[in-house]
Order: sequence, then structure tokens, then C-alpha cells
Amino acid sequence: MYAFNYVRAGSVSEAVQAVPGGNFLAGGMTLLPSLKLRLARPDQLVDLSAIPGLAGIEEVGGRIVIGAMTRHSDVASSALVRAKIPALADLAGGIGDPLVRNRGTIGGSIANNDPSADYPAAVVGFDATIITDRREIPAAAFFTGLFSTALQPGELVLRVSFPIVHRAAYVKFPSPASRYAMVGVMVVQAGRDVRVVVTGAGPCVFRLPAFEQALAANFSAAALEGLTVPADGLNQDLHGTAEYRAHLVPVMAGRAVAQAQGR
Amino acid sequence: MSVSVALEVNGRAVSLELDPRTLLVELLRHELRLTGTHVGCDTSQCGACVVHVDGRAVKSCTMLAVQAAGAKVTTIEGLAQGDQLHPVQAAFRNCHGLQCGYCTPGMIMTTVDLLRRNPNPTEHEIREGLEGNICRCTGYQNIVRAVAEAAVALREAPAASASA
Repeated sequence: MYAFNYVRAGSVSEAVQAVPGGNFLAGGMTLLPSLKLRLARPDQLVDLSAIPGLAGIEEVGGRIVIGAMTRHSDVASSALVRAKIPALADLAGGIGDPLVRNRGTIGGSIANNDPSADYPAAVVGFDATIITDRREIPAAAFFTGLFSTALQPGELVLRVSFPIVHRAAYVKFPSPASRYAMVGVMVVQAGRDVRVVVTGAGPCVFRLPAFEQALAANFSAAALEGLTVPADGLNQDLHGTAEYRAHLVPVMAGRAVAQAQGR
Repeated sequence: MSVSVALEVNGRAVSLELDPRTLLVELLRHELRLTGTHVGCDTSQCGACVVHVDGRAVKSCTMLAVQAAGAKVTTIEGLAQGDQLHPVQAAFRNCHGLQCGYCTPGMIMTTVDLLRRNPNPTEHEIREGLEGNICRCTGYQNIVRAVAEAAVALREAPAASASA
């Protein structure tokens, strides 16, 4: 690891003031391995863990609002999330492993926007709103590309607000080694709208309009029969080819629909 | 740059001046000489370095020591009560839940957290709960047996769990 200055911020404004030239440190489950590999060289790490009010889950005005520093294990085990948006609790409970879930945070996950991360699928699938220190960003505008988001330099995610949607499910095909999603599909039925969101397969989370239209007409796995996804532009690495990932997308989507139907 | 870090390790107050780059596992092993916590992969995959921070099992190779400031840390050395092994340690010994033993401290620390959250896990839940701990000897059968035996022991003597 290269040397850095460490700041334990006591408030949001202190964190935002301290961060130029540096990085926010949330759970550190991606940042610390990157620092150890010397893939990142921030002058300063601004630890968010001591800022009051950044962690926690509450129901506000018919939505579930999750603080940016809320650990995955707390979302997974939250009775409130389990009751109101069970698919979100399931997704959080499947990230990494139990030890990673005890440290990793929702804010860190979405700000990092790893192409194989699970949370972006939920944020887009539920059409959540990301609340930062300066504005509210709709999910559709938040994830902009590989490890890229709409966040400006020094902008801090404070909360993520999810509408309450019962009928949803997330199914992933984890890499047998890393448990990262080779392909993960979130299916959400909210009123007459259906959203089908894919993570792990491409450089960034994306929706499948043809799948959504088919499911809006007939919400069943059978409605997806014959639908395919082109392999062009999908991720290709030692874990699997682009064609393999393309094949997995409708398979995972069908399983997610079947699971959502049971809710 | 050096920073002051005060924390509690196995019930003992500790206060140190550290380079902020110091990992929690380095603090434990190099500064405090608590070498029961192992470094297996150093890339947050294997779980040999698992300790508890404020009661949660975490990988101490993927946490800065300064992030544990003010926290209560428990390592494998902090589980036994004098000569009396913690029920999870006793179960690993009874079931021979180890081969070379390198992964054992992490396996045991993860198990203590797992059984606190889920006192009566199925075999599937045990295997999922140990997903973040790798046994390079592949001695999983007896490890899973040990966790199941520890679960029974802890349900019969819940005080041991609370004190860990």
C-alpha cells in the first residue's frame, strides 16, 4: 500500500471538505484490496464510519430508506426490509460471503459500480433514488459505465430510497471461485411496469426492454421463451465467454420471474 | 503520518501509534504478538484472518487498524476461559475439524458468529455460512460436523456463547 493520510470524519460536511485528492472509505471491501494491490493511490482516506446517522434502515412515506453506511448483513437481516422488499433482503444476503457482508456497505457498493456488483441491479430494478450531500439522483441516471457513476468528485452518497415493491426477485449465477455475479438478473413488477435488469454480464448494469414488454403482457417465465440477448459487448474473461453470459441472461431471468411469482 | 489508535483486544485496553496503512491483522500479529490469527491469502478470499470486531466476524487483512479504533476486538486467543475451551473450539477438537490447522482460527471465529445469528443451522446453512473460509486441505466434512456439534453444545449451554 502507498502511504496516505487518514481522516476520520465526524460529519458529512467534514468528510466532503477533507476528500479532495482522496477517497471516501466506507466498508473498504473493494477499496482496501485495490490499495493493497497498488491499483489506487489516494493522498487521503476519509473514513465515513464515525459520521452519525449514515447507517440505518427506516420506512419513510411508503419507501424504505437505507443509509449509505448500512452493512449488507444488516439489510439482509432487517425484519423491515424482509417484510416490505424481500427481494432486496435476499440480494443483500447473497453478496460476497458473510464476512464481507459484515463490512461492505450499500453506499460503497453503488459508488464503486463494479460491473459484477449485485446492488446496482436492485437500485435500477426498483427505480430507487440516490440521495447525496447535494442532490437526488434517479437510478436511471446514476450508473454511467464501467466503475463510473453520475457522482461528481467529492460528492457523497447519504441514502438510497427504495419504493416498496413486493413482487420482485433477484437470481444470480455466481462465479464458483469469487462468488461475484457472472450474470445476475433482477425482475421487478411494480403495477403495470416490469423492469428486468442485468448485472455481471456487461460493463455496467443494463435493462432488457424486450423482456420487460413480454413480461408486462404476461408475467410468467413462459413469456420469455425464445427471447435472447446478443453476446456483442458482453464481458468476456477467464470465468466465461460473452456467449456463455448471453446464454445465462434469459436463464436467470426465467428463474427470477418464477421466484417473483411465488411472492 | 502516524495516528493514535485505542481499542480493546480480548478484554484488554490497547493504545498505539501506527502508520495508517497498518492492517488490523498486522496490529494483532506484529504489535500485540497475537499470532493465532493467520494470514492465508492476504486478498480477502480465504478467511484465515477472521476476528470479531464489535461482535461481527470480519477479515482482519481487509480492515485498517485505525478502522477498529474504539472497537472491541476478539481473536482466537480470546475465546477460551482459562483452560476451558470455548464450545466451538471443543467441537473442532472432538470432530477433528482440521487437517493442517492453518484455517482453523478463522473457521472457529466465523462459526462463533454464525451460531450466534443462527443457533440451529441446517447443513446447507453451515456450508453457506462458511463460504468465506477456505480450507486448502479440503477438510470440510469434519469442519461441518464440528459446527453442527458446536451448535448442539451451545444450545445446551447458551452462557458460553454470550461470553464469547
